[in-house]
Amino acid sequence: MIAAGISALLSHWHYRPLQLATLIVGLALATGLWTGVQAINSEARSSYDRAAAVLGQDTLKRLQSKTGLPITADRFVALRRAGWLVSPVVEGTLRLGRTRVRVMGIDVFTLPQGATSFGLSGDTGIADIVAGNDLVLVHPETAEALSKSGLNLRTSLQVVPGDLMADIPTAWTLLKRQDFDYLLLASDQPAGLAPLSEIAPDLERIEPDPQGDIARLTDSFHLNLTAFGFLSFAVGLFIVHATIGLAFEQRRTVIRTLRALGMPNRTVILLLLTETLVLALIAGLLGVVLGYGIAAALLPDVAATLAGLYGASVPGSLALRPDWILTGLAIAFGGALLAVGQGLWRIARMPLLAPAQPRAWAMASLKNSRWTAFAAAVFLLMSLTTAWFGGGLSAGFLTLGTLLLGAAMLLPALLILALRLGARTARSAIAEWVWADMRQQVPGLSLALMALMLALAANIGVSTMVASFRYTFTGWLDQRLASELYVAADNEAEAEALRAFLAERADAVLPIRTTEIEIVGLPVFLYGIADHATYRDHWPLLERGENVWDRVAAGDGALINEQLFRRGGYRLGDRLPVAPGWTEEIVGIYSDYGNPTGQVIVSHDRLMRYFPDIPKLRHAVRVAPERAEALVAALVGEFGLSPGNILNQADLKRFSLRVFDRTFLVTGALNTLTLGIAGFAMLAKLLTLSTMRLSQMAPVWAVGTTRATLARLEMLRTVALAFLTWLVALPVGLALAWVLLAIVNVEAFGWRLPMHIFPADWLWLLVLAMIAAGFAAAIPVWRLARTRPAEFLKVFAHER
Amino acid sequence: MLLALRDVRKSFTTEEGPVDVLKGVSLELDAGQHLALTGESGSGKSTLLHLIAGLDAPDSGEIRVAGADIAHMDDPQLAALRRDRIGLVFQQFNLIPSLTVAQNLAFHARLAGRLDRDWNTHLTERLGLIECLKRYPEQLSGGQQQRVAIGRTLAARPELILADEPTGNLDEDTGDAVIDLMLQLVADVKAGFILVTHSVRLASLLNRRLHLTHGRLQ
Repeated sequence: MIAAGISALLSHWHYRPLQLATLIVGLALATGLWTGVQAINSEARSSYDRAAAVLGQDTLKRLQSKTGLPITADRFVALRRAGWLVSPVVEGTLRLGRTRVRVMGIDVFTLPQGATSFGLSGDTGIADIVAGNDLVLVHPETAEALSKSGLNLRTSLQVVPGDLMADIPTAWTLLKRQDFDYLLLASDQPAGLAPLSEIAPDLERIEPDPQGDIARLTDSFHLNLTAFGFLSFAVGLFIVHATIGLAFEQRRTVIRTLRALGMPNRTVILLLLTETLVLALIAGLLGVVLGYGIAAALLPDVAATLAGLYGASVPGSLALRPDWILTGLAIAFGGALLAVGQGLWRIARMPLLAPAQPRAWAMASLKNSRWTAFAAAVFLLMSLTTAWFGGGLSAGFLTLGTLLLGAAMLLPALLILALRLGARTARSAIAEWVWADMRQQVPGLSLALMALMLALAANIGVSTMVASFRYTFTGWLDQRLASELYVAADNEAEAEALRAFLAERADAVLPIRTTEIEIVGLPVFLYGIADHATYRDHWPLLERGENVWDRVAAGDGALINEQLFRRGGYRLGDRLPVAPGWTEEIVGIYSDYGNPTGQVIVSHDRLMRYFPDIPKLRHAVRVAPERAEALVAALVGEFGLSPGNILNQADLKRFSLRVFDRTFLVTGALNTLTLGIAGFAMLAKLLTLSTMRLSQMAPVWAVGTTRATLARLEMLRTVALAFLTWLVALPVGLALAWVLLAIVNVEAFGWRLPMHIFPADWLWLLVLAMIAAGFAAAIPVWRLARTRPAEFLKVFAHER
Repeated sequence: MLLALRDVRKSFTTEEGPVDVLKGVSLELDAGQHLALTGESGSGKSTLLHLIAGLDAPDSGEIRVAGADIAHMDDPQLAALRRDRIGLVFQQFNLIPSLTVAQNLAFHARLAGRLDRDWNTHLTERLGLIECLKRYPEQLSGGQQQRVAIGRTLAARPELILADEPTGNLDEDTGDAVIDLMLQLVADVKAGFILVTHSVRLASLLNRRLHLTHGRLQ
């Protein structure tokens, strides 16, 4: 009985191989994009974990100077002599050719347990490092980039890409230093030690950081990627749901017959469930392979983005990880079961004597349209509520999700309404039929159209967000990078000589002084600036009190960046605790895009009074743009400054915009893929429906319309439906952009961007949507134009 | 002469090989003349009707409608022939599901560019469809649907009406009522009429009858 049942059910797929292909490809695409994004996230997170675990930063406490200055070798020796189990680390960045690496100098003999997870304790090179023969340990990927550096390289997979491990003397040589950045504290310290405040009062204990800065900073980036992956998955799931639904509908008669012949309903359901799981397994495996391909293709761009935006080093190559393979398969099973659920439920409840005539899926959907519209209204209301009252990133994503879901569910009702209105303009019988037929097609095509609408809305929303960001960012760069040159000296003596040199040759030399402080538990950079027109005329203030610049110059007020303003919950006029015994009134708030941390700006003199020891090495230089190049040449000639010490405004802007553009390459790629999937959904649906359409076309053909005309009208209908879908997607996309700019970005990055609209982009998207719909309709239309009259006749004659 | 067929032949290819459905059929029909075509299942009645309507092409022979040889017409010419001169009524009704009864009734006439609203209203009343004008085909009974199909054809006032088992999906009483009404209205428009039917009883209502057996007329 089981075998007969299976063969009867499977014969459906044998008879409709295209439907089977659509189902598998749809589920594989959905799984593939989701898995691809998860693979990228998983690769990056594993890299952050490795970075966070370097030298036990995730488990070991450390000692660090309270002022942020380096720790001298004497201090280390004093602590060791007092019995403290500490191990020195020197850390710095180094540019070797075109490669930038983080040099980490360690002392192998004193390194505490838990700080040796980078290969030193195992296979590679410990003897060489101990022997002090200038050996450095790097990741194989870094080794490749440094192959011509002349360093004595050894590779270890345990070293984070971009890191370079060496013993202290080697690191000192590379970094041209003779001190330490921090001292690692072993977990078990001997009893009865002299307190730290006595031996080294200038040092403080820093708690281990299990997550790591990079993981924290990049959280929102990965959340965005996940959201995109989920959107693509949802779009793919529309295909699966539509195909499975149709297959169930078409098999109602077979199922009824099987039951009438004595197969229990439970067995039928079990067989269908097994069939779904087998198909999901095949599609899931294909999806995982596809996801690997997508992730491998996108990872280099993601790695570049993470490096550019957050300074995070992620390898550009992908490792196969069981976690995302299993997640991919699980999501394929979950998606298939979700899609099949409704069909199984209907079959479970279908009475044995239900009409044998298969009810058209379209008709069933039409009957459900009121409920769907009602549910859509509920979702949209939820979206509005969370946008208005919700807080936090999850509320932002909930707003996005309910907005998209509500809009997608409302689409069929809106399309039917638009088509009803359009039908009123019809003057000829054919026009009347075209409008009415389009209306009748909506339920059958609704899932594919919803997928298209989601893809279009996501495209409009994300591109509006990115373009608004770019537009604002470009303007902001012009304001923020007003000085022509940024010059840094290597030491105080050189800085003094530089200032004297520049005083005669530049229009102004503006000191850049900064130190790191903490405000309400947040790390904040405190800047001191001179009173100059450069700031007064250009600084991008979002809100300002009266006489803002006069007050800052007089040491009677501070400016804070938008991130600190939002995260700290401040308002203009609030007093800011800058340092013990020092508060400043907030007199202005400025935009500070791309910066993950808070910033405070006070007068230069006031900063130096409270923090007299901060280095005075960096300067902004105002000079006529045409004289900038000559001045750079003079500086290099006079002081031998390296390229890293002199930054040109134009280069800096170019670099910033390049980083910006690369950051959104991945988003653009995912956008295109989602649109591609939606196009495939349309194609799949139109192909599936094309045979069913014959019965609607045949009477019109019989009363005197040519096949060519019918084919043209069919194409027109599909393109017109795509156009109407685009019309609905437009406001949804703009609402999406608003949510991204006003809620998600604010929560994720701490800044709010003004929204700019770019109608040319929408029109371009319309063209793309029409082309996608045109391509999707091309095969069914071509088939229709070439349909032999005999096929139409089958509709009329059941005997011959 | 409204319709003239000379030695029309048609065969179909099946898995078992070619099947000759029509083996040299010839017939003539004058304007306003009514003809009943009977025959067993598979005798080729529907095929013959489809060939006359230009829905399919014969393998050989000549089919002339109002003097024009349709065997040499291309797709647009055949479409124009069906639109302007011929009316079709099918067993399966074949109404357009997306249009209302009123729209279905007027569809063919509007397509042919000769909608006569008075005649349309008259037809609607005679067919008893006044109450159903705003409904969709799926909301009608079988008899009502067939009356709409007949109304659609007659509204266009074609010269030749071809009906393929128009009562095949109806019970006997409803079928008789429908065919009576149809014959009256066909007489009103003075069209030539070919009725394909299994029923000898129905065929006897028409003044001329032909029987198709194994692809040949008797």
